[in-house]
Amino acid sequence: MKMIDKLLAQFAYASVTSDGKYYTVAVPKEKLHETASRLRNSALAFDFLMDIVGMDYGDSLGTIYYLSCTQFPAYVIALKTETDDREDPIIPSVSDIWESAGLYEREVHDFLGIRFANNPDMRRLFLRKDWKGYPLRKDYDANPEINPVPLTNENLDDMETVPVIEIHNGLKEEKTYSLFEKGEYVVNFGPQHPATHGVLHLRVSLDGEIIRKIDPNFGYIHRGIEKMSEAYTYPQILHLIDRMDYLSGTIHRHGLCLAVEKGLQLEVPERAHYIRTIIDELTRIASHLLGWGCMAMDMGAITAFVYGMRDREKIMDIFEETCGGRLMANYSVIGGVMNDIHPNFQRKVKEFIPYMRKMLKEHHLLFTGNPIARGRMKDVGYLSKEKAIALGASGPTGRASGWSNDVRKIEPYAAYRHAEFNEILRSDGLTFDRYIIRLDEIAESLKIIEQLIDNIPGGAYAAKTKAIIKLPEGEFHQRVEGARGEFDVYIHSKGDKYPYRVKFRSPSMTLVSALKAIATGTKVADLIMLGGSLDYVVPCIDR
Amino acid sequence: MEVKDICIKNMKYEDFKENEYLENYLKELRANGVNIAIAKLDDLINWGRSNSVWPLTFATSCCGIEFMCLGAARYDFARFGWEVTRNSPRQADVVFCCGTIVHKMAPVLKRLYDQMAEPKYVMAFGSCAIGGGPFKKSYHTVMGVDQIIPVDIYIPGCPPRPDAMIYGMMQLARKIKMQEFFKLPKQPDLSSPDNSDSSENNPETKEKGNRP
Ligand code: SF4
Repeated sequence: MKMIDKLLAQFAYASVTSDGKYYTVAVPKEKLHETASRLRNSALAFDFLMDIVGMDYGDSLGTIYYLSCTQFPAYVIALKTETDDREDPIIPSVSDIWESAGLYEREVHDFLGIRFANNPDMRRLFLRKDWKGYPLRKDYDANPEINPVPLTNENLDDMETVPVIEIHNGLKEEKTYSLFEKGEYVVNFGPQHPATHGVLHLRVSLDGEIIRKIDPNFGYIHRGIEKMSEAYTYPQILHLIDRMDYLSGTIHRHGLCLAVEKGLQLEVPERAHYIRTIIDELTRIASHLLGWGCMAMDMGAITAFVYGMRDREKIMDIFEETCGGRLMANYSVIGGVMNDIHPNFQRKVKEFIPYMRKMLKEHHLLFTGNPIARGRMKDVGYLSKEKAIALGASGPTGRASGWSNDVRKIEPYAAYRHAEFNEILRSDGLTFDRYIIRLDEIAESLKIIEQLIDNIPGGAYAAKTKAIIKLPEGEFHQRVEGARGEFDVYIHSKGDKYPYRVKFRSPSMTLVSALKAIATGTKVADLIMLGGSLDYVVPCIDR
Repeated sequence: MEVKDICIKNMKYEDFKENEYLENYLKELRANGVNIAIAKLDDLINWGRSNSVWPLTFATSCCGIEFMCLGAARYDFARFGWEVTRNSPRQADVVFCCGTIVHKMAPVLKRLYDQMAEPKYVMAFGSCAIGGGPFKKSYHTVMGVDQIIPVDIYIPGCPPRPDAMIYGMMQLARKIKMQEFFKLPKQPDLSSPDNSDSSENNPETKEKGNRP
């Protein structure tokens, strides 16, 4: 008996199902907190909370917690719980077990109206306080007259007053507290600020030059993609997903394709796998180049930004020829790719590899070695490995702290198993590590592309699919490695051509909580640079 | 009739589409007659204005990346004198409204627009800013920025290519060149209550509201 089976056998009250790697554990909500903390503290230590999915099952509301452990990262547990109360649904919070749960629970609260007992912050996350209704409930009334376009800014008091609900020994207590004390010096960054990388609103409390507290405010680009997806067919959803995290849109789109293909049990031609992988890696390079350039620009080096964009244009040219679009490649489709590669594709990519290698050297010379840049990045923004895991800050940020979390290694998908590459890990977790890891990953991606580009097998570039794609009943979960962290797709299907519920894990959301952690106590002048070193994309957070 | 007086360097008249609206505008101007000295002065001022338009860096989502490409080496809008992107609305002449505007952002955009000094222009950039784009069915999207602020130029695409943006910029430059500078709306007096909505007493907004 495997360790995980032994562990799960201890929960007599839970119903456990498994397909070998993915385990589903359903527990009553009274037992949720106990189960969660035992999973966290067991020998397997499920310390990475990937996501919380809020569900509306029709007559009950529920949550699903996706857990993984960093020692054996291929194990995934879906911990489920439900509540029948639709009027005032309350579920115990797990934010004391996993720090990242704080934000996830706020998101579920915002979308479904579930309140989490003992979560220290039960404000809405994306929508304004005066928003009526909970959009992801199935009985939500989307009539625009109920929620017209507001004419005034949100009241700051509404932003600061934090409601909480506490349950101790069966006694329910509701209270509110103010986030900032009277007389605290609070500065607003954003939502319109060139250096927040999108429309993020940070409220920063300062003590002289030192940051005491940061309160991120989301929702300025909340477009309701998850709700819209419920009324769209799968091929239609693909177009929305590109526009969420537009810098690694191709990779995320690949993730959704894989999830649907998993459901359909569709065999994707090997050629498509190779092409997708190459395109994904090119996207990663483009994204890292932009991230690198923007971070340098945040530190005042505009030249680096222009250099980064110049190299990125080369990739955009390759995309344009093969995919038809520059930024929005719209390339992966269910079953393969949209069309075959352009005759010039291989030649251009092969030209690009030595060019980029040469340019990487130049970038290092220009910026990495620059004493001013070195001095600014030195010794600021420390994120420990434990903290990164607790916050769920995956991707390059986590790897810069020494957390091995590359999904391409954990669960190789597409053609990654045919390529040899290293997962770049650093141990210090400082700003400089997060900076340099991006450039190193570009070199690694070039290596992957180099191995694949000459070996693209012949054959069809896409499998045949039915005109109307209906997913069989069930739940499908797929992880991919986006440019800024793990991107997960969760699909709940009822056998229709529309999904019943789709949920995307946003890698950027956890990065903002990492910003909160690393920026507290530093100088306000470093805040922008620290944000740049995390390289989050706000529309991906807001969805 | 050709828009003779309004020439944009390196771009021929035939290369522009949608000339009709400018032609009508010019016809109207000519019919009313302008003092020759003022007209000459107008030309001079507008020549300067149209070649140094300062955009506000305002990008909410994907289209903003193409805007960044526009600012970088290959497309380089510095060639046209547009490169001084300002981070404060008080120093900006034009908002490139790049990206989706949602309910929570709408009052912020309105406020930014109100803070800009006259004469000011708005470019709706990408299908989201024009009419909601791919998020038309969403509960939280504003169906086009023209619901909140008047728009001068619409640039379709999802996202528009940087070349399309340059075309839009040229169109705006033509519009600027054509205006009578001294008759442009002045900064409204925000202290008096009936002037609180600057777009209402702006004679141009009515015309701006008409989509081509
Ligand atoms: S028009 Fe398209 S690319 Fe532009 S912001 Fe909207 S979705 Fe993004």
